[in-house]
Amino acid sequence: MQAFAVATLNGVSYGLLLFMLSAGLTLIFSMLGVLNFAHASFYMLGAYLGYSIAAHAGFVVALVAAPVVVGVMGAALERTLLRHAKANGPLHELLLTFGLAYLLAELVKLVWGLGSVSFALPGVLDGPLIAWGDATFSRYRAFMMATSVATLAVLYLLLRTSRTGLVLRAALTHARAVEALGHDVARIGTLVFAVGTSLAALAGVIGAPLAVVEPGMAEAVGSIVFVVVIVGGMGSLGGAFAASLLIGCVQTWAVGSGASLGSLAHIAGVRLPPVWASLAVSQVAPLVPYALLVAMLACRPRGLFGRREDDA
Amino acid sequence: MMRKRRAQAGSGSDHRPKEHARTPSLRAGRIGASLPWVVVAGLLAAPLTFVHSSGLFAYLAQACAMIVFALSYNLLLGETGLLSFGHAAYAGLGAFAAAHLFNRGGIALPWLPLAGGAAGAAFGMLFGAVATRRAGTAFAMITLGIGELVAAAVWTLPEGFGGAAGVSIDRGSGPSWGAWTFGAPREAYVVIACWTVVSMLAMFALGRTPLARMAHAVRENAPRVEALGIDPRCIRLAMFTLGAFFAGVAGTLTLVDVELASSESVAMTRSGAVLIATVIGGSSTFFGPVLGALVLTGMSVALAGVTRAWPAYLGLLFVAVVLRAPAGIVGWWGAPRTRVERDGIRVAARTHGLGALAAAAWLAALVILVETLYARRFAADAGGAWYLGAFAFDIGVPSTWSILGVLIVVGAVATRCARRARRRACARANGGVQR
Repeated sequence: MQAFAVATLNGVSYGLLLFMLSAGLTLIFSMLGVLNFAHASFYMLGAYLGYSIAAHAGFVVALVAAPVVVGVMGAALERTLLRHAKANGPLHELLLTFGLAYLLAELVKLVWGLGSVSFALPGVLDGPLIAWGDATFSRYRAFMMATSVATLAVLYLLLRTSRTGLVLRAALTHARAVEALGHDVARIGTLVFAVGTSLAALAGVIGAPLAVVEPGMAEAVGSIVFVVVIVGGMGSLGGAFAASLLIGCVQTWAVGSGASLGSLAHIAGVRLPPVWASLAVSQVAPLVPYALLVAMLACRPRGLFGRREDDA
Repeated sequence: MMRKRRAQAGSGSDHRPKEHARTPSLRAGRIGASLPWVVVAGLLAAPLTFVHSSGLFAYLAQACAMIVFALSYNLLLGETGLLSFGHAAYAGLGAFAAAHLFNRGGIALPWLPLAGGAAGAAFGMLFGAVATRRAGTAFAMITLGIGELVAAAVWTLPEGFGGAAGVSIDRGSGPSWGAWTFGAPREAYVVIACWTVVSMLAMFALGRTPLARMAHAVRENAPRVEALGIDPRCIRLAMFTLGAFFAGVAGTLTLVDVELASSESVAMTRSGAVLIATVIGGSSTFFGPVLGALVLTGMSVALAGVTRAWPAYLGLLFVAVVLRAPAGIVGWWGAPRTRVERDGIRVAARTHGLGALAAAAWLAALVILVETLYARRFAADAGGAWYLGAFAFDIGVPSTWSILGVLIVVGAVATRCARRARRRACARANGGVQR
């Protein structure tokens, strides 16, 4: 029971991290109409930059500086390249972000090398926070949860209460009307891109000590984040939130579970061939998000909270 | 809705240059249309006359599989307007099925691609039924998810995929055709080349069927097709299944070439490679993907032997094509010809000469910069320098920086002059029209 509770807490902290990524992705998609394929590359860039900055100036500085640097980079890329590709249609924008992801991975290999780097935990946050028998919930995970909740709360307040947030929310749905009222929608788009990429970078910095920081990490996280966005329904922040927590928890439970496929099938009343039955659930955990995606699409093609005619 | 309309307008404009290029005179058009076929046939038959260079053999066998793969991908991207990120899944699953069938015995090697294609089509129909319910960005993300699912499944599931080692075949062990056992590389190459030509002809013919015309209509305006009483999903699914069939054929050709189906054959990098090849070559013409496949395989074989930085060059080429030449290399090739027709040879030669000078200078600067950075990172034991003849480039040496500076200045000036010349030619052409 305690193990299950700790696994759920771990799952929620992982889910919140996923939501920091998918929230930026969803905002950018709603505002600019392009699904940023390179989003996870900005997450990776954040992790690497955080590693470098933390080594020189400490973890707290990295926590602030890396997202700012990545956000500025994101804004520059949006202004120079993405706007150029817009003339050729959304598929070309998607292709451009695919190319950017490829080039950012090369850049990371060029600057930091092919191997993985180890991101040391800050001393204060090292060690368990809660211990129930064998199951422990680490301090760092608590810090991760607190940081993501705080960031998302600030973002929510900015969106709900500030004037920029008001204009931004209007521009998400009625870009033409907002433009006619004299607001620079293109600049708001750049702002959204910068905020989204810096959110991804922040997720990279706080996630780095628990993840393996290597050039392949963008690909590993990226496909999960896209699954989150599709399962939640494209363009829906609430859907992204629900899907992030769902996938975070389900995957953490699967990794921590001691059951085998055979015992699960036994409960369901199905007999599996012995090779399959002896396979542990934790072994097939990487498949879980994708299987969930296929199941979701077969039952409900628009995702949890997606709109029906969203085909673009 | 707005976004959707823009999407269709955008993808529609990509396909217009093709119609333009076709118009001139009928006979010239016919010769021009058959020329690429002659070139491809010559390229495929050449190694049979001078067999001794085994490097060329390996390159062409690899290129053949990539050509079929890229063309099958273009059935989705070019014909139906569907961007897929997981096309390698069907090639890889087809290859696995073919490998098992071959190891059980009973099938001769020349028939194997058919079996692989059938398996690819079966999986394509299964996953396509889920994926083709959506189009556009959602379709792209769903194919990405399915591609990851298949790649992860090949890693984790014990049965059928042989784990990390993969499933290997011995192509000489199957039933022989007379004296041909297909064990020798030359005999295997004949099988691969024949299947490449057959697949190319089949896909070319497919592009002329009513189904492909319907696919074009779905690409341009799906709601209108729906209003005509035809379900766009069915058209998408049919094209997806056909694309998966030829992907399975391509995967089996790779299997015949390397005698191994492994997790690499379903990997996302392979899906990315076919996407890059198709876009670089140009998705709006039939021979665009063929050219793209040749360029990609050429880069991965020839350039990889020369420099470590070849993935960076490939990525830069891809981004340059997406930004500056949305119709790919093939479409970009047609642009000078129309300009010569408009401006006359002299003006066109001057603008293009200046443009070429600018491009050469920028390219040289880029190559020097990239190579110097890569040398500093990856060739530290050689002192972080790289050599062009006897001349050493090093990031810490002023001569490298001064060469870079000169090239950038030359490039900037030439770009400026070329832009001004182009604007003047444009103004003159427009003035002529008005008069």
